[in-house]
Amino acid sequence: MSIKKVTSHPTQNEELIFDRSQTGRVGYRLPKLDIEETNLDEILPLELRRDDDLEGVPEVSEVDVIRHFTRMSTWNYSIDLGMYPLGSCTMKYNSRLNEKVARIVGFANLHPLAPEREAQGALELIYNLQEDLAEITGLPGVSLQPAAGAHGEMTGVMLIRAFLDKRDGEKSKERRVMLIPDSAHGTNPASAHLAGFTVKTIRSTSEGLTDMEHLKTLCGEGGIAGLMLTNPNTVGLFETNIRQICDEIHNAGGLVYMDGANMNALVGVARPGDMGVDVIHLNLHKTFSTPHGGGGPGSGPCCCTVELEPFLPTPRIVKDGENYKLDFNRPESIGRVKAFFGNFGMMIRALAYIQTHGAEGLREATEAAVLNARYVGHHLTDAYDKPFESDSMHEVIFSHKKQSRKGVHTLDIAKRLIDYGFHPMTIYFPLIVEGAMLIEPTESVGRADLDAFIDAMRSIAEEAVETPDLVIGAPHTTRIGRLDEATAARKPVLRWKPDMEATAKSA
Amino acid sequence: MRYIPNSPEERDEMLKVVGLNSPDELFRSIPQNVQLNRALNVTEPLAEIEVISAMDKLAEKNTASRKTSFLGAGAYSHYSPTVVDHLIQRSEFFTSYTPYQPEVTQGTLQYIFEFQTLVCQLTGMDVANASMYDGSTAMAEAFLMAQRVTRRDKVVIAETVHPEYLAVAKTYTQHGDLTIETVHFDKESGRTLADDLNKLDDKTAALVVQSPNFFGCVEDLKSLAEKAHAVGALLIVVVTEAISFGLLKSPGACDADIVVAEGQSFGVPLSYGGPYVGLFACKEKYVRNMPGRLAGIAYDQKGNRGFVLTLATREQHIRREKATSNICTNQGLIALAATIYMETMGRRGLQEVAMQNAQKAAYAARRISEIEGFSLPFSAPRFNEFVVRAPQAAEEILSKLSVDKNIIGGLALSRYYDDNPNDFLVCVTELNSKKQIDTLVEGLQTVI
Repeated sequence: MSIKKVTSHPTQNEELIFDRSQTGRVGYRLPKLDIEETNLDEILPLELRRDDDLEGVPEVSEVDVIRHFTRMSTWNYSIDLGMYPLGSCTMKYNSRLNEKVARIVGFANLHPLAPEREAQGALELIYNLQEDLAEITGLPGVSLQPAAGAHGEMTGVMLIRAFLDKRDGEKSKERRVMLIPDSAHGTNPASAHLAGFTVKTIRSTSEGLTDMEHLKTLCGEGGIAGLMLTNPNTVGLFETNIRQICDEIHNAGGLVYMDGANMNALVGVARPGDMGVDVIHLNLHKTFSTPHGGGGPGSGPCCCTVELEPFLPTPRIVKDGENYKLDFNRPESIGRVKAFFGNFGMMIRALAYIQTHGAEGLREATEAAVLNARYVGHHLTDAYDKPFESDSMHEVIFSHKKQSRKGVHTLDIAKRLIDYGFHPMTIYFPLIVEGAMLIEPTESVGRADLDAFIDAMRSIAEEAVETPDLVIGAPHTTRIGRLDEATAARKPVLRWKPDMEATAKSA
Repeated sequence: MRYIPNSPEERDEMLKVVGLNSPDELFRSIPQNVQLNRALNVTEPLAEIEVISAMDKLAEKNTASRKTSFLGAGAYSHYSPTVVDHLIQRSEFFTSYTPYQPEVTQGTLQYIFEFQTLVCQLTGMDVANASMYDGSTAMAEAFLMAQRVTRRDKVVIAETVHPEYLAVAKTYTQHGDLTIETVHFDKESGRTLADDLNKLDDKTAALVVQSPNFFGCVEDLKSLAEKAHAVGALLIVVVTEAISFGLLKSPGACDADIVVAEGQSFGVPLSYGGPYVGLFACKEKYVRNMPGRLAGIAYDQKGNRGFVLTLATREQHIRREKATSNICTNQGLIALAATIYMETMGRRGLQEVAMQNAQKAAYAARRISEIEGFSLPFSAPRFNEFVVRAPQAAEEILSKLSVDKNIIGGLALSRYYDDNPNDFLVCVTELNSKKQIDTLVEGLQTVI
């Protein structure tokens, strides 16, 4: 009797659910209809009803569903398996306690349009989280409505726009330039565009910081609406001139928006409000540990100064004596950015995170996160090119400069890391570093795992010299190899159809 | 701090390794005058027992969560098979990131591909993306997409679209060139007023209608598509109650160009308004103008089939300010919940649950219309929601009903509209038993 190879094992080759489907299988049971039925034609005339009998929608049993998703799940890397050092993504531990409290029936079964007096607990929770985030950022106006980071960014720059429109009236239209560093995340310019701004790019210095001279020159050109700045920036360095940067922008008549993607370096140590920042978004799914879920849900609260507060999205959640209420009377508000009140389930988790840490734990987490990045940086500096001298904060950046001479590039190093049991770091971002490798360990990694990661990286650096083909052909241990993304984009197959494989292969 | 693996002693050793004496020195690059230099004014650390108890106390105050409810209006109470919440809690799904490295995220990529397929099947469209934040933001993105596709700057929207969706669209478009005009509804039928569609012209990028609309009335999408297409505009169909796909003619079959929907009904808890999941689908010819992520098929060198994120040149990380949207993180895990729901219910379950909703709502509507003084103002066919006109202010009736009978009887439309304060919106789903419906009817009889 022969044992089948691993690659043909069912857990490695789970079909699409559509291929599993068998006519007549069911995975559900509803109670019998307990009312006297009405003739369907009286409810809905035939021409308004489906006539395709949902052809193609799968028919599977409950067991099929369980096996299908459990098998597919094993193809994923996850935080619970190990270090997930994606720079600027803050892949920290997602506490089970937070999952548990978000599922309390009194939260999970609460309808967003329930009367305010019957939803006081939810409103109080939102209010309390607003208060905590105001304290953490030093910015007192908080809206939890935005659903993710980019959504919070859009909200933030719209606040700036609304403020300028009110302050400058007609003249506001002469002020449409949003300054964005060349190291910024792509969502920044995309969000600025939605608020009607045009983007001018600020250069970074060879030290990896905002070029103050260039900033001054751009401010001198006039029309400045504001600046969108990530701090620590996307090469993991704190913008030491932050106060002067904010002063320059304010003197030019603009406002400062801070992208809070990297707040995990600052919580409990320094506050954007104290730096001169006017508005920031936070990522609850980064800094405050709500699970990233394979691409969301996120939550992107927007925190701002008193001056910007009147423009925050409607409704605001406010305290009224002993009670909490929704305040819709916000004549200067930019409006709603989302139906209802935001991703409430993420707010519960974030508040549980804050309560579990307390003030001392929040600072401790920041220290541990920065220390872990510094430790990795320390041990990789001789093996990889480190483009910037300065001490890194919570993430550290390297480039492939030393390896590329041998034909080994960042992508290869990242893929080879998979063979060593790690998820790759963020690669080719930010754009200002050629072949960038941005490593953010977070506080959730112990020393032994850090050492194993460091060993892996050093070993890959050696392989790049001695056996470069091994690195270039990686990964070698996954159920599939590198996928041909160019062909996939040329003739995209974006949904299952009985003949889809033929279409994809003809591309 | 139990979430930090390294003990304080280990951290001290590591500090020494990197040449530092104290944790404070880690922050030397932050100028002293912007450092906090005090403890944050938040709570002391709480133990697990204390957090649970504090959260339980808050949840306890949400009395509406424990009552029989007939609330809908964009968020719906439906049965979610047990497997849904169980499977989404697998570590490999909920603690992984956006699938940027396909070799170690095939689980996520394959379910996104299945999600896209299921959304196409239900909406009757060619392509669907990997999700948007929710129905409201999906609709706003559809406006911007229609503007890109047609290069026209006017959107004509039925006023029977969810008022919060319209509010979001206004926020998204307030700084662009897009203008929004609303079309009135027929006071008799509750549907979009055909006579008012003369607002469609050769500057119109899209006609936007919700079906079933905010009042629960099913629209005649086919004729609306013809009217939109006659002037070269797109038809955008909005669906807030995704369960209706199981019974109603699909927007695709009615020749819609873009379909956006709220997917919360597919196994996702109410959770006071989020996280939910936006569905976004369109005709194939518009795919390169679509916002959001897309998963597609790809092969490795050995010919093994896998999945990757594709057509990324539409997206912000490549195109920056010229991207089709600023969206990055979407609703991955909620899209997974919806996928598991759709597959578990399957072809027959999606049909049966839709049928039960329509039947129960029909029963409730008939019973309520028989109460002295109550009427149903709109004549159009309905799915699982309908407007009731009461003999007195709806808000007072609903408030009394809640106190006396422990029933949330629906949503007073005075929340959104100034006229007809006596109107309220009732939603009936498969979770509402005959007994609950009968109790609602008795309650309405006695509170007036």
